[in-house]
This record gives sequence, structure tokens and C-alpha cells, in this order.
Amino acid sequence: MSGQAATAAERAWRSRLAAVSPGALALRAAVALVLALVAAWVAYKAFDDQRTFVIVGLNGLTLAGLYFVVASGFTLIFGLMRVVNMAHGSLYMLAGFFALELQTTLTGGETTSAFGSSEAGLGDWIIPLVVASLGVGLIGLVMQQLFLRWNQGQDLRQALITIAIGIIIADQTLANFGGIAESLAAPDVFPDSVQLPFSDLSYPFFRIFVLLVAIAVGLGLWAMIQRTRFGMIVRAGVDDRQMVSALGINIQLVFAGAFFLGAVLAGLGGVLGGTMISVDKANDTQYLLISLIVVIIGGMGSLAGAAIGALALGLVDSFGDVYLPQGYTNYSILLIFGLLVLVLAVRPLGLFGRPA
Amino acid sequence: MNRSELSLERILWWGPGLALVLILAFAPLLFTDFYLSQVITKALWLGIAAASLIFLAAYAGMVSLGQVALYGVAGFTMANLVEADGGSAIAWNPWVATVAGILVAAGVGLFFGAISSRSYGIYFLMITLAVAVLTYYFFGQVTELSGFGGVNNVARPGIVSNPVSDPQNLFYIALGTSAVVYVFVRYLARTPFGLALQGVRDDPSRMRALGYNVPLLRMLAFGLGALIASLAGILSVWWNTRISPGSIDLARTIDVLVIAVIGGLYRLEGAWIGAFVFTALDNWTRGLDIVGQRFNTVIGVIFLAIVLLSPGGLMGIWQSITDFLGRQLSRKPPARPSTGPAGEAGTASNSPQPT
Repeated sequence: MSGQAATAAERAWRSRLAAVSPGALALRAAVALVLALVAAWVAYKAFDDQRTFVIVGLNGLTLAGLYFVVASGFTLIFGLMRVVNMAHGSLYMLAGFFALELQTTLTGGETTSAFGSSEAGLGDWIIPLVVASLGVGLIGLVMQQLFLRWNQGQDLRQALITIAIGIIIADQTLANFGGIAESLAAPDVFPDSVQLPFSDLSYPFFRIFVLLVAIAVGLGLWAMIQRTRFGMIVRAGVDDRQMVSALGINIQLVFAGAFFLGAVLAGLGGVLGGTMISVDKANDTQYLLISLIVVIIGGMGSLAGAAIGALALGLVDSFGDVYLPQGYTNYSILLIFGLLVLVLAVRPLGLFGRPA
Repeated sequence: MNRSELSLERILWWGPGLALVLILAFAPLLFTDFYLSQVITKALWLGIAAASLIFLAAYAGMVSLGQVALYGVAGFTMANLVEADGGSAIAWNPWVATVAGILVAAGVGLFFGAISSRSYGIYFLMITLAVAVLTYYFFGQVTELSGFGGVNNVARPGIVSNPVSDPQNLFYIALGTSAVVYVFVRYLARTPFGLALQGVRDDPSRMRALGYNVPLLRMLAFGLGALIASLAGILSVWWNTRISPGSIDLARTIDVLVIAVIGGLYRLEGAWIGAFVFTALDNWTRGLDIVGQRFNTVIGVIFLAIVLLSPGGLMGIWQSITDFLGRQLSRKPPARPSTGPAGEAGTASNSPQPT
């Protein structure tokens, strides 16, 4: 019995080896070499200046947190409905500007003290966060019900529709909210910075908070998908939509819920990003690109993939700006290019991607 | 098949096209210099950019959003190699720089093609979009080549006169280039390479089983698309006399997609029709105060309406009209076994099947 199993395993191994052509093998070796060189360079720089390494590393991690919140919504919508929501960046931007407008109305524009610390009350931040996220979620829901519901399966057409809606949302956001780069004020109950353990370094508290929110969002989504009835239907719907509706489940309701949730996550990201960095009229392009890259790296529809993709992008983003040799830091965008090339060369569907 | 029915349809199909070409040939006599330059010449080079997208979509089943980035690569390469304000200090002969720009764009196109050619459908669209936006950020960041200020007052070859005060020459150059691109793509579709490409569009697995190297074919197609797009890039720099990252940002990328979709994503002629509608609308809305001069909102709504109501675009609508008229005038039953009046265009007008 065990002998048979061994031969089966051996056969599987042989066929796997045969399936990998010498060219692909060389490609993988090259990718591994590049990764090793990058790791060596980072290790060298880290050993050289540990304080910078810690700060830049934390910047990367917290940025990755923000990217994950945004991209998880994007990947959730794709995973279930095969809809590439090209309006995701516009929804992000709309939420940011909308929340800023709300906060300004609530506080009368007086959000910072003479010392630069925040004077916005907890409600002055929470209310815009909730209203903007849910509002953007509703817009996403309306968009899905009006324009996407009746042409399911036509993925290109749906992508074009979301592009058109994205153009309109972005343009109207700029028309109504001005489009001047500004930050939301974090609530004054948050400390400005925290002392890092085992060092004399302090770090902005809000960035840590974003990372914690991202972890909570990730765990929440995971629990929802793995542990609840809704998640069970979602998982079944990903694999076989028709079978699920044949079982008498109203899959349209699940689709609507997932689209709402995906858009809410774009909105949540918009408010978090607007507080952590700033709201800006280029946000729509920027966060569409980030969502795209995260899911291209991680694999469309995979939550774990989105986490890995966000982590890779956040770290490359923040280390690239600092660790490139002097005089070449403005080429850091090429690193993201390189990341994309490395992943696609080995796995055209992304790290956790699987064929539709 | 009835010959007279066929010729009637042919007249309906080709007649307006012929009239358009005639009008275009004498356009400098018929339109003001402003209109000739700002609308017609612009529509011609935007049409070439859209044609590169439609070529890939219609014949290879690859809807690419990287075409604007690729024309930017050609434009930036040329602008950096000639005399200009900003960019590198090299001052080559404009013609040599033009050829260099086209070659570099084709090379970059092959590279992008190599990255994305193993991805299909919506994945391909996403990867090309990501690569395009990265290219935009690249030229924005790298001040040695451009920076956000861009490269200004780019030197042109002597034959390309000032595009504002004397727009005729550039118009005829753009018209000639458009004609060459059109004929080239139509010819290419009938070559073994073009036929293999259409096979890949319809069924990649079957083509692979027949022994074709599918990723290689798609990569080469993408390189050819880049070659066509690079012509638009060169013309756009001559027309604007400058290029900046703003010339290739996400909004421009979507403009070219909008043009292709308005014209008809699977009809090559649609590229220039869509471009003309787009530039004419752009020109028209500038003079009006509708919705606070938000041109993007107007174009977004039109784009949405076209995608929702007529996925075949204006060319699709036109095809339905000619089909209808052809049937009415010849009083024939609507049975039409052949797919379309213009050979392979009939198959191309159907959306490619999802893979």
C-alpha cells in the first residue's frame, strides 16, 4: 500500500519536473537570484542603520495596511462577481473628500491647535468616517443594481461601465469638493505618537492605528467568509453561481451585499488614507493602480493574496524611496515595475490566483 | 447570393466612407485653420492611437489600456533626443529621433507584451492598465527625462510647419499616416500571421494544440500595436509641440478607450469615427456652459450610454442601419448567411468569446 503511494508520489513529482521546461526553470532561478540580491542589499542597509530600517519598515507596514483595506474590497467584488470595479479609486477619492467636507462642517474648520496637535473630537472623526464609508457603499450598491446586475458574465462590458462611472464620480467629486490636497484631522483622543518598545524611537500613532484596522478588517473578512452562512454562500457562489441559485439561495442578494461591502471598504480606505496621508485630486488614479497591482500580485479574488500583495507593495514603496543608491531614488517606480514583472513571469495569475 | 443585394449593401456601407475620404482630402479648403488643426488633425492622430487598440482588440482579442503609455514612450524618446526645453540635452536630427522613438516604443511594447501575453481577457486589461499608469508615474518622477513639467518646444522636422499658424502640412502628414495604418492593418489581417492571430483570439487552446506558440504570437501582436501607437505619439508631440506626463495619464488612457468604444471596439474604421466625434464634442463643450464645463462628466455619460445601449459603438449602429436599409430597399427576406459585407470584418464585429 505504502509502496504504491510512493510510486504515485514519485510519478507526480516526475510529471511536475517534466512540466517545467528548461526555460521556465532558468526564469525561476533568475527570479530567485534577483530576490536574494534584493534581500542582501536590504540586510546590508539595515545593519548599517537600524533606526532608519525600523522607521522605514514601519512606514511600509502601515502603508501596506492602508493598501490592504482598499484592495480587499476590490478583490472581494472580483472574487465573487468577476467584476473588475474600475471605479474603486474614484470611490476612494470621493469618500476622502466627502469626509473632509463633513469634518470641516462639524468642527467649523478649526481642527488643529497652535501646537499642531489635533483638536477634532472623537465624533468629528468617527461621524465622517461612518457616513462617508456607508455613503460610498450605497453608491456602489446603486451602481451594481442599476448598471451591472443585468449584464453579469460580460466582464469586459462591466469593466467599461465601471470605468465610465469612475470618470463621472471623479469629475463630480472634484467639481463639488474643490480638489485641494488636505488632511483630515485625527481625533484628539488619539496620542500623536507612541514610544516604540526596545528603543528610544517614537512613531505616529495614527499609522499604527491604520495597521490595526487593516488587521481587524482582514480577520473580520476571513471570519465572515470562512465561518458565517453569508461567507459560505459567497464561497459557493465563487465556484458555481448557477448551482447556488438552483439550491434556492437568492444569490442576487449576496452579490448586492458583497458589492456594498467592497465599496464600503474603498470608502473606509479613503477616510483612513485621507487622515494618514491626505486627500488629493490624484487619489483616483493612485488607488486604482494600487488596487490593481495588489490583486495582480496576490491573485484576483484571494484575500490572502491581497494581504501578501499589499505587504509587498507597501514595503517596496517605502524601502524603494530610501534604500536606492543616492541619485537614483526617483527611479523607485521601476521597483514596483520589477515586482510586477517578477510575479507575472513565474505566476501569470498572481501568487494565489487560480483559473476562473 | 443575389448580386444586386450585395452591391446595394456595399454602396450603403462604403459610400459614406468614400465621401468622408474625399471631404478629408480637401479639408484645408473646407474648414477654418482652427477647426482643421484643433479638431480634424487631432482626431486623425487620436484615431491612430485608438486604431492600435482596436487592432489588438479586434484581431487578437486583447483589449489593451497600454496604448497611450506606449505612444508616450515614443513621444518622450523623440522629445528627449531632439532640441527642446527640458529633458536631456541631446539635439539629434528630428527624423533620426523620430525613427528612434518608434523603435524604442516597439521594443518597450514587446517587453510589455512579454509580461502580459500569458494573461487573457480582463486580467490582460488590468495588467496593461497597471503598466500604463506605472509608465505615467515613471515619466513624472524621472526629471532627467521629463518630470511633471514635461518637455517643451520640441524641435520638428522642417516639413512639419507650425501646427497653429500653418496647420496644413501636419494635417496631410496625419492623414497619410492614418491611411497607411488602415491599409497596413487590413493587409495584416489577411497574412498567415494575421490569420493565426485571429485563431488565437477565437480559441487559444486549440491554436496551441495545433502547434502555434500562443504567447509569442500575442507578444508580437502587442509589439505591432505599440508600433502603430508610436506613430500617434510622434504626431501628438508635433501637434502639441510638447509632451508631459499629463499627456499619458489615466484620463488620456481612458479617452483613447472611450474613442475606441464610441467608434466600435471591433471595427478598425471606428477608431477615426470615434476620434472625430470625441474631438468635435470636446471642441463644442468648451464653448458651452453645460454642467459647469465638466467635459469629463459629459464624456463619461456618453461613454456609459454607448456601452449600455450599443456595445458595437457608432460603427455597430451604422451596420444595423445599412443592414436594415439594404433589406428594405431590395425587399429581400432578412436571411443573411454571410456575417457581413466586408469579409473578415463580420467576424470581428462579434465580441470575442470569453476564454
